[in-house]
Amino acid sequence: MEEQVILSLLEKNARMSTRDLADILLADEESVIHTMDELEKNKIICGYHTVINWDKANQERVMAMIEVGVTPEREFGYDRVASNIYRFPEVDTMYLMSGKSEFIVIIYGKTMQEISNFVGAKLACIEHVKSTVTLFVLKQYKMNGVVFDEESKPDERLIMTP
Amino acid sequence: MNHKEYLSRHVQEIKPSGIRKFFDLANEMEGVISLGVGEPDFDTPWHIREAAIYSIESGKTFYTANQGLLELRKEICRYQKRRFHLDYDPIKNVVVTCGGSEAIDIALRAVVDPGDEVILLQPCYVAYEPGVQLAGAIPKFIELKEENHFKLTAAELEAAITDKTKAMLINFPSNPTGGMMNYDDYKELVPIIKKHNLIVISDEIYAELSYDDAFCSPANFPEIKDQVIVISGFSKAFAMTGWRLGYLCAHEVFAMAMNKIHQYIIMSAPSAAQYGAIEGLRHGDQHVAEMKEAYRQRRNYIVKGFNRIGLPTHMPEGAFYIFPCIKPTGLTSDEFCEELLKEQKVACVPGTAFGQAGEGYIRVSYAYSIEEIRAALARIEIFMKKYQKEKA
Repeated sequence: MEEQVILSLLEKNARMSTRDLADILLADEESVIHTMDELEKNKIICGYHTVINWDKANQERVMAMIEVGVTPEREFGYDRVASNIYRFPEVDTMYLMSGKSEFIVIIYGKTMQEISNFVGAKLACIEHVKSTVTLFVLKQYKMNGVVFDEESKPDERLIMTP
Repeated sequence: MNHKEYLSRHVQEIKPSGIRKFFDLANEMEGVISLGVGEPDFDTPWHIREAAIYSIESGKTFYTANQGLLELRKEICRYQKRRFHLDYDPIKNVVVTCGGSEAIDIALRAVVDPGDEVILLQPCYVAYEPGVQLAGAIPKFIELKEENHFKLTAAELEAAITDKTKAMLINFPSNPTGGMMNYDDYKELVPIIKKHNLIVISDEIYAELSYDDAFCSPANFPEIKDQVIVISGFSKAFAMTGWRLGYLCAHEVFAMAMNKIHQYIIMSAPSAAQYGAIEGLRHGDQHVAEMKEAYRQRRNYIVKGFNRIGLPTHMPEGAFYIFPCIKPTGLTSDEFCEELLKEQKVACVPGTAFGQAGEGYIRVSYAYSIEEIRAALARIEIFMKKYQKEKA
């Protein structure tokens, strides 16, 4: 229970202080720190990332989703070819999918050219990769539950009500 | 013409709201952090809004049955059974109202005559006393004690009953104290309620926001169920305050009597709100549970915070209010709220707005994000430090 609450709170706000977490859980701060250490050690918490709207950060950045078709291998299934793909640092996120293609690979690059080069020169050439379909992201509306273009809206409630 | 002389005696006797003064003061100030709001900060879940919009697009904009849409009443009965183990018949026992507020009004008007006494538990929601007065009855107060966690005890109830007592209006989990009655607490009261044929009007608007014990209604006791009028609604659990939608569940004779008043004063509750509510009851349990979990976390956070800065606060079992004791400051509730607002721009409601029994306390709402609560706590801490220094 305590772990689940810590995880759901940190998922929404990775910067929440251990004191605030302790108050919310009616626990002491040391036990919260201990639980977080355990969660990190067991790779349940794998990082504390930030949601950034790069479109607003004045930086060239292109995101692409690539559908990758592959043939599975005896003994290894999809896992070995997957590791041959995700060990490229260009690959940010990767999923095994149901449906037409086996993998979805998410890649960030400075330009479309850079991503195209990576797909053509690296990804498509990996053994057991049959096909790739590159889908460039034109605009990101929402990420990790955060709507990018939404103005923070004022509290519409009356200042005091019974 | 002196207009005041023409006002009805009932209306003249009603005291002005204790909140008004602070509302006006806070409303004129810039940069106020309010902890004074009695409604959820969550938006109504989108699927409910979407269903209501669709009902308008589809032209479902006419009066509904007086008692409310039958589909909605059926869903209310399923919900009451699913969540609180209460059996009601959608045709005989349920009336859909304009918020819990209308339900309180018509419940009182349906059962009391002039001169009857109605027991109220103070501190209590601001509308109860005027509601009793407008129904022509006499409010009789029981002052609930903090040491009892603002629960009603059998001895307190027995002592308050006279031969004129007709009904008792209760509200657990409570606004403003957050106090709650569990099964064992009610068990002590049931024989008294039975013996005196007391009608219990039970305002259960915060039922979903019960954090520790399972919610219990007096209607859960078969021996008095027919004496209980259950009031609930969508404002708090479904974050639908502005939609003004509530309901009553009661014995058929009571339900039909209340429906008689309802049909003449209201006709029927707003149709779009009713369609939204059907959607909420059918597919909203998960959202209700998520909001409840957020309130539970904020409750823990704010209780810890208040106790840390020197305002003793007991852990409330339900609703979204804490009721900190401000007696250590030596100020009255009114003074405390006024000085806190003027010095640190934090708005709270004095306990006395909920009756004289609230003196020495303030009502603080935690229907705010953790970040907002943290900011308010920092200001209250400065206020308290300055105060403690002045006293020393």
